[in-house]
Amino acid sequence: MPYYVILILLALYALGPLLVVVFNSLKSTAEIGRNPLGLPLSPVFQNFPDAWSQGDFSTTLVNSTILTVGTVVGVCIIAGTSAYAMARLNLPGTDAILLYLFVASAVPVQLFLVPLFFLWSNLQLTNTRIGLIVIYWAIFSPLATLLLRSYLVGLPRDFEDAARIDGASELQVLLRIVLPLSWPGLLTVALVSGLAAWNEFLFAITFIQDNNLKPVTTSFLAFQSNFSQDWGLTSAAAIYIILPIVVLFLLLQRRFISGLTAGGLKG
Amino acid sequence: MEQGAVKSASAGGLRRRRRLTAWLFMVPLIAVNVLVILGPSLATIYYSFTDWSGIGSAEFVGLENYTELLSDGDFWIAMWHNLIWTILFLTVPIAMGLLGAFLLSQITRFQIFFRIAYFIPYVVASVVNAAIWQNILDPSRGIGSALASVGIPFLNGVSFFGSQTLALPSVAFVNIWAWWGFIVLLFLTALQSVDYDLYEAARMDGAGRWQQFLNVTLPGIRPTFVFVVLLTIINSLLVFDYVYIITRGGPAGASEVVGTLMWKQAFERFEAGYAAAMGLGLSFVSGIIVLIFVFLRRRGWEV
Repeated sequence: MPYYVILILLALYALGPLLVVVFNSLKSTAEIGRNPLGLPLSPVFQNFPDAWSQGDFSTTLVNSTILTVGTVVGVCIIAGTSAYAMARLNLPGTDAILLYLFVASAVPVQLFLVPLFFLWSNLQLTNTRIGLIVIYWAIFSPLATLLLRSYLVGLPRDFEDAARIDGASELQVLLRIVLPLSWPGLLTVALVSGLAAWNEFLFAITFIQDNNLKPVTTSFLAFQSNFSQDWGLTSAAAIYIILPIVVLFLLLQRRFISGLTAGGLKG
Repeated sequence: MEQGAVKSASAGGLRRRRRLTAWLFMVPLIAVNVLVILGPSLATIYYSFTDWSGIGSAEFVGLENYTELLSDGDFWIAMWHNLIWTILFLTVPIAMGLLGAFLLSQITRFQIFFRIAYFIPYVVASVVNAAIWQNILDPSRGIGSALASVGIPFLNGVSFFGSQTLALPSVAFVNIWAWWGFIVLLFLTALQSVDYDLYEAARMDGAGRWQQFLNVTLPGIRPTFVFVVLLTIINSLLVFDYVYIITRGGPAGASEVVGTLMWKQAFERFEAGYAAAMGLGLSFVSGIIVLIFVFLRRRGWEV
């Protein structure tokens, strides 16, 4: 089948460079000089502990985890409550808010970056994790709200109405009835915003200079410029960054893909 | 929110109460949005008319930043680079995306494997993707020297990211590698919703594979196609990550784009007022492009 030949070539193009990282992480500096891109002929594992300590991954992986978890929890709460208000509570002006959210999810970062930075430095939120998390809440929640709202609109209302007739408050309806039904939508939103937070670069490099607070991404950039010729070491460091994401992606690929493409199509 | 109160409230009171609850539920979204996006966006408009270093007070200078921008050679060179970038991204990844999606739609075995394979670079952090290609394209320890050792020396010692002519297309190449798999999935989703009977009818009329593609597939995915074009143009205007990470706009401005130029103006040269004008200009252009698409759609252009 000629189709499969082309598909395989495209797969090699996509995955080949990632295989090079795996190969090079297992090579000594001497071997990379002799054999820059091929399979490791005498694999060594020393790059992994070296990259871990010299790249300070025990600090930066914690920072990235805090940023990602903080972002995911916040975005789910912010988008969840507002999507619920729009889908279920007859919020006046829902159409105008939806339009605003479409615009907000497409606004270029360049439109607000500069005053935001100086506002954050006046509020002493630069070089803090919470400062970066709040920014992620703001930039990821418009799209998350739109996704969750369209998910909630598609859910049946019977259980909620029954609970209200039984005298449950709106908060109780939200937590006891709607939340258990909407976890697939929330999981999609969590994956999309979590991936975006883990990989985010522009805000991370702008707002955090303190090495003890940097996430893995910007810390890796500094690490790489210190060891630019040591591809074994930087490849091992790269694997620490991509392994959690790639494993999670492979486990939940359907949900990831549907969330990311829906996000793309609605943004 | 006592239950008894809700029960005994009149219908009007209940409605008012629900409306209040609805707004309460909107508070977190509105608060972070105003603080991070809306407020600073409006401030950008104000600061673009001032001379401001970012610290201390801003001095109102009228249109000075804008007149400076129009005569700023660096800005226009960066704009030109954004245009080249846009053209590269409107052709290469879209063609590859169409090809990949079309082939995937024709097969059943291993479809999931290929989909995942193409998509993985898209979920890997930009810093890592950049490092991977800096390694592969390294002048002394990359593909050039690997090919030279098997007797193909023409790439040996070529510094892809360090050359005036190659830097911009090389950075674009890396970004395209990370991006095209996303386009495949957008097109594949669209292709799978094209009515199969249309292909059948085209085949009955004697249309070959290529004619089927032109006359059935492309019209069937037109909304997605137009959306991808819009997304590509906007992303190309605003590009920052890969350029900043790999070349920082160098060597000597050879790969500078407006996104990186503006960042440097604000955070390295402390020309925050000028950077605000640049950011507003960039946002204005991307806003115009979105409005053109909205206008075309309103005109019934089925985009």
